[in-house]
Amino acid sequence: MKQKLVVIGAGMASGRVLEHLLEVNKGAYDITLFNAEPRGNYNRIMLSPVLSGEKTYEDIVTHDADWYEENGVTCRFGEHVVEIDRERKVVVGQNGEVAYDKLLMATGSAPFIIPVPGKDLPGVIAYRDLDDTNTMIEATQKPGAKAVVIGGGLLGLEAAAGLKARGMDVTVLHLMGHLMERQLDEAAGYLLRRALEDKGIEVKCQASTAAILGEDKVEAVLLQDKTTIPADLVVMAVGIRPETRLANDASIEVERGITVDDAMRTSDPDVLAVGECVEHKGQLFGLVAPLYDQAKVVAATLLGDAATFAPKEVSTKLKVTGCDLFSAGDFAEGEGREDIVFRDPSRGVYKRLVIENNVIVGAVMYGDTADGNWFFGLIKDKTDISDMRDTLIFGPAFQGGEPLDPLQAVAALPDDAEICGCNGVCKSQIVEAVQGGATDLGAVRAQTKASASCGTCTGLVEQLMAVTLGDDFQMPTAQPVCGCTDLTHEDVRRLIKSQELKSQAAVWQELGWTTPNGCHVCRPAINYYLLADWPVEYKDDPQSRFVNERRHANIQKDGTYSVVPRMWGGMTTPDELRAIADAAEKYNVPTVHVTGGQRIDLLGVKGEDLPAIWKDLNDAGMVSGHAYAKGLRTVKTCVGKEHCRFGTQDSTGLGIKLEKKLWGSWSPHKVKLAVSGCPRNCAEATCKDIGVVCVDSGFQVGVAGAAGMDVKETERLMDCETEEETIEVATAFMQLYRENAKYLDRPYKWVAKVGLDWVKEQIVEDIENRKALVARFELSQSIYQKDPWAELAAPDEAPKFAPMANLTLEAAE
Amino acid sequence: MSWIDIGAIDDIPLRGARVVKTKLGCVAVFRTSETEVFATSDRCPHKNGPLSEGIVHGQKVTCPLHNWVFDLNTGEAQGADEGKIDTFPAKVEAGRILLDGTLLMNRAA
Repeated sequence: MKQKLVVIGAGMASGRVLEHLLEVNKGAYDITLFNAEPRGNYNRIMLSPVLSGEKTYEDIVTHDADWYEENGVTCRFGEHVVEIDRERKVVVGQNGEVAYDKLLMATGSAPFIIPVPGKDLPGVIAYRDLDDTNTMIEATQKPGAKAVVIGGGLLGLEAAAGLKARGMDVTVLHLMGHLMERQLDEAAGYLLRRALEDKGIEVKCQASTAAILGEDKVEAVLLQDKTTIPADLVVMAVGIRPETRLANDASIEVERGITVDDAMRTSDPDVLAVGECVEHKGQLFGLVAPLYDQAKVVAATLLGDAATFAPKEVSTKLKVTGCDLFSAGDFAEGEGREDIVFRDPSRGVYKRLVIENNVIVGAVMYGDTADGNWFFGLIKDKTDISDMRDTLIFGPAFQGGEPLDPLQAVAALPDDAEICGCNGVCKSQIVEAVQGGATDLGAVRAQTKASASCGTCTGLVEQLMAVTLGDDFQMPTAQPVCGCTDLTHEDVRRLIKSQELKSQAAVWQELGWTTPNGCHVCRPAINYYLLADWPVEYKDDPQSRFVNERRHANIQKDGTYSVVPRMWGGMTTPDELRAIADAAEKYNVPTVHVTGGQRIDLLGVKGEDLPAIWKDLNDAGMVSGHAYAKGLRTVKTCVGKEHCRFGTQDSTGLGIKLEKKLWGSWSPHKVKLAVSGCPRNCAEATCKDIGVVCVDSGFQVGVAGAAGMDVKETERLMDCETEEETIEVATAFMQLYRENAKYLDRPYKWVAKVGLDWVKEQIVEDIENRKALVARFELSQSIYQKDPWAELAAPDEAPKFAPMANLTLEAAE
Repeated sequence: MSWIDIGAIDDIPLRGARVVKTKLGCVAVFRTSETEVFATSDRCPHKNGPLSEGIVHGQKVTCPLHNWVFDLNTGEAQGADEGKIDTFPAKVEAGRILLDGTLLMNRAA
């Protein structure tokens, strides 16, 4: 007698099982196929083209009604399975029972719905099947309709691209810092985001959904940061999990998925499972290739043949509609790995290989994926790449020969090869200019315009000069920022402004960084440049700051910290002193020291105690003194005319006003001010970054002094008549320094480079420019002038200073 | 191995670190990407700098005291500096960070 096979789920995996089974032995089983969807098997991978309108449902059907009939498969489509009774060996459907000898579970996966209020409103859907797709298509019919896609993974972006292609306004919300973080690193994620934004899709990263709003149907999405985004349709694409409910109810063994052995049998040998609902040796499967491998094994097992499922190396290749993107293998996790990174900013190309023990384990590519399959092959075959390592990133076309000397490569370029894309300058023009006497980069730039715009071809121009001039060529001595780039600080600052680079990932990619995310040298500099140039658009990254600016305290040699509250203009009160004394006792501060900047330093505070001591000092009315910051430190003052018989002006009052104006702003290096009430200069204003000396007729503003490794007197910038003018000039100088200086140059070093005359042109002579500088400073202060102690001592921040876990109480094994 | 759940990956900022207290001193847990973590001893072999306070870049960390750089995979100091920090197995599963408890509890002081 023929055996009876019941299959639950008509997806791609079970479809493939049936094909194999019928191909080998058409008469082996009477087959009944349940499917909750009112249709048979279709190619789910092709739902995106259906959504975008490139294909229809009919195009993607793999098994139509005729096929099932021809093969004698009894179809119970649109019918849910209620339960599996393993004792009686029957499957109970909504419309009645079916007995089985063998049962195949192919229940697939269920979309994960984030548990926020409003998740059940009409208009909130997942993106799993044809019905979802049709709902989306229907939503696009309404003119001006808006969609929000939650989840910036592959599925979510496919949904977004499809909806956009049908004319909807689409916003993608993604919880993580960059799109598709499982498959892409930050630089590729940045390029992908830019491509989507170019299509008109709005992308919000680090966007956490708080609720979905609406009365009878979805109307908007509310984010944790209180932003509301109007929506007629919300697509949740935040992930999937194996659909195991039926198996669970039938007491079949389930971990994350239905557990199967190598023959794809569940804990009940008469029940098999296949596809996304399965867990094999701890692993889940979402890609079609391993599912098809499983299907072969299932068919063999059903026919009584021996077969073993062995998952192959997990490698993914993927494509987001309209984006040239490739990701293969495992590049995000693991040990003992090295990177090879290649970036070509002008073409928007990014390639990264991850290498472990001379074998490529992962590859990410954006913009030029032609070599993707070749790298994919190297990953799969675990090819030893040590011999081709130097040229590996350039792909198969460059393998087999000697590594190219870059100068030879330049020498071999044809005369009409374009060197500078921005200005359309070819090799022969540069060679002619060099032979005509332009022997340094500046002269070549002046004569040909080569490398004079974006500057990314500077290295190529220099190589060309070296080839042409031979030994007469001297490489310019400008130092690059660090080993991650050949660009100087000045180049980077200029390019951040001119190319409007507003994120670190943008800088790394567009300026061709050779490391995935910089190093301890460049990261603080880039973070500073971005927040100084784009105070509104860029978000400060504490992880790119030196510990002191992250902990808002100075780390000491023993790992403790020093805490310095601000004393405006060096003034304090008995109450403040009492609070400082109390704090020193309460937190066992071993050393209390009066600093040279007229304030009190509490040394030896434990890192964990910082939020608590800050809170106590905040409660007494004090804020951070930024004694750790590349920013305004102190404004030292004398007591001025209020008390001193020689005083000419209220130097203390002016000092306090300056400090209140400038505190909290970040700058390339620390900035110290002083205001002296008369030329006797008790506040030592003439060796400060900005020093004001009061005289009878007004205020002498000096800048660019130093009293550190170098000692240098200030240079007179301007004589001001009023306090207001003094403050305006000092503020403008601060902003000019913030916008132009190299990171870690004190003002005196920077002024020596640009010249005091230039500074005077900007601030003294051009009053409009002075006011514009002040306005830009004030805009920045509207965001950055805030007490970091108060922010970090807040209840939801303070716990982050403590260990994340304490295992001292756990028993040792 | 016995994996111990020490917290959510999002408890550590991207390219940041937190410490876990153990009987034998602090272990630093670094988050180098959205889904990648490493665990090492928290003390720099040079002058005991707290590595968890360093700048994390690639799969490396720079000690905040004197800029020694360590590879988080091998624990080896980079460049001209010579030294090694202990490394411990760590992984991320379903958004949780797991450390190998057996090694953490039994490591040499």
